[in-house]
Amino acid sequence: MRTILPFGPQHPVLPEPIHLKLVVEEEKVVEALPNLGYVHRGLEKLTDIRDYNQMVNIVERVCGICSCIHALNFCEAVEEMMKIEVPQRAHFLRVMWSEIHRIHSHLLWLGLFADGFGFESLFMQLWRIRERSMDLMEATAGNRVVISTNIVGGVRKDITGEQKTWILAEIDKIEAEVRQLEKTLLNDYTVKSRCCGKGVLTKEQAHQLGAVGPMLRGSGWAQDVRMTGYAAYGQLDFEPVVEHDGDSYARCVVRFREVYTSCDLVRQVLAKLPDGELAAKFKAKPEGEVWRRVEQPRGELFYYIKGNGSKFLERVRIRTPTFANIPPLLAMLPGCDLADVPIIVLSIDPCISCTER
Amino acid sequence: MLANEQAVTVDTLIPECQTRFDAGLRLVGISAVEIKTDSTFDVLYHFDKDLQVSHLRLNVPKADPVPSISGVYFAALLAENEIKDQFGVNFQNIVIDFGCTLYLEPEVVKSPFCTFTFAKKEKVKEEA
Repeated sequence: MRTILPFGPQHPVLPEPIHLKLVVEEEKVVEALPNLGYVHRGLEKLTDIRDYNQMVNIVERVCGICSCIHALNFCEAVEEMMKIEVPQRAHFLRVMWSEIHRIHSHLLWLGLFADGFGFESLFMQLWRIRERSMDLMEATAGNRVVISTNIVGGVRKDITGEQKTWILAEIDKIEAEVRQLEKTLLNDYTVKSRCCGKGVLTKEQAHQLGAVGPMLRGSGWAQDVRMTGYAAYGQLDFEPVVEHDGDSYARCVVRFREVYTSCDLVRQVLAKLPDGELAAKFKAKPEGEVWRRVEQPRGELFYYIKGNGSKFLERVRIRTPTFANIPPLLAMLPGCDLADVPIIVLSIDPCISCTER
Repeated sequence: MLANEQAVTVDTLIPECQTRFDAGLRLVGISAVEIKTDSTFDVLYHFDKDLQVSHLRLNVPKADPVPSISGVYFAALLAENEIKDQFGVNFQNIVIDFGCTLYLEPEVVKSPFCTFTFAKKEKVKEEA
């Protein structure tokens, strides 16, 4: 007998509201249908009444967890449209804050994931380590989450030599403490039994359904927008983390190992950080159309922007990674046990504020 | 005009998408822009292969039907429903059609992101 069960919008594993209608036969999911709109704010429309400089602050509020990377992508798009040459120091600082944001986002998700399968002490350990990355942001930018360091033309904050030494020491501590948890998170029998083989997305499905980020890389695709070399990534050594099983465990491993990659990138940035200006001066107004994309913690973030020569942009279109990862989720759920739905939904690292904007 | 952009019509859209699907291109997203000067929409389809992005541009008069590409690219269903909600672009045959209620409440009949179009749904009659 078929039954329709509501999953969400309020559920212990969901940090934000999304509603899934689950069609089940006994304990097996047969079909899943999404219902969105609980946190839709119409942020793209604000471009009618906020100029392109104010829009930097608006796009930062699309998502708290990766606010800095939204602003980076928007600024790069406007800079490309207005042909602004951004100083090299600004490019490197943008990467540094982006990678600290990625560490904080991945540790947040790993903690929530551990909590999702009932490993509360692991959740607390991961969030304890995450506090270090929050401290880094607060000390360098003045805020723990929405750090507002990016502006059109460069960055508004700098770091001192003293801060540089402290950041390196903190990054070493974060990596060492995360490594201590690796065996527990990745080799534990209970963790594996909850995650291995759950929510499998094959390599072919991941590509055809438009998956991005750790979802795509967890299914065997070595694709990461950082490989395109935006900001200062072209001057840094970087290899994407790839797993091949396509299940919830593979996605967990990708995010876990990406914390190491981010630590390494922060070290490289600080080693190569050039002297110079923080932001370029300019007088132009945005005109024409451009697209830009960057790699958020959850995957590829795509912006399409159209300017008309005034200070107000005609269109800002934001395609966030969770928006791209919902169709693959709908394909992953049919056939799974009802008890595994929370873990599978969490494994896409859903950010509903991002999705709905 | 974007780099790697190709113009399509409502008749060539699906075949062109099928060609791209068969060639292994991933659908990145769909963007809609209201062209106020001639009362049309630009619907942009963004694709990716090996980190190279290409685009299809469809220019359609408002209210004209636009075939859904969700039969080729399942991932298009959310973007098409969103654009239908926000701009009132008349997408036809979306594999899961929310009927302009993905974000909008049933009583909303005006497309909020668009100056001149309306969502294609009947206004809910208030109960006496």
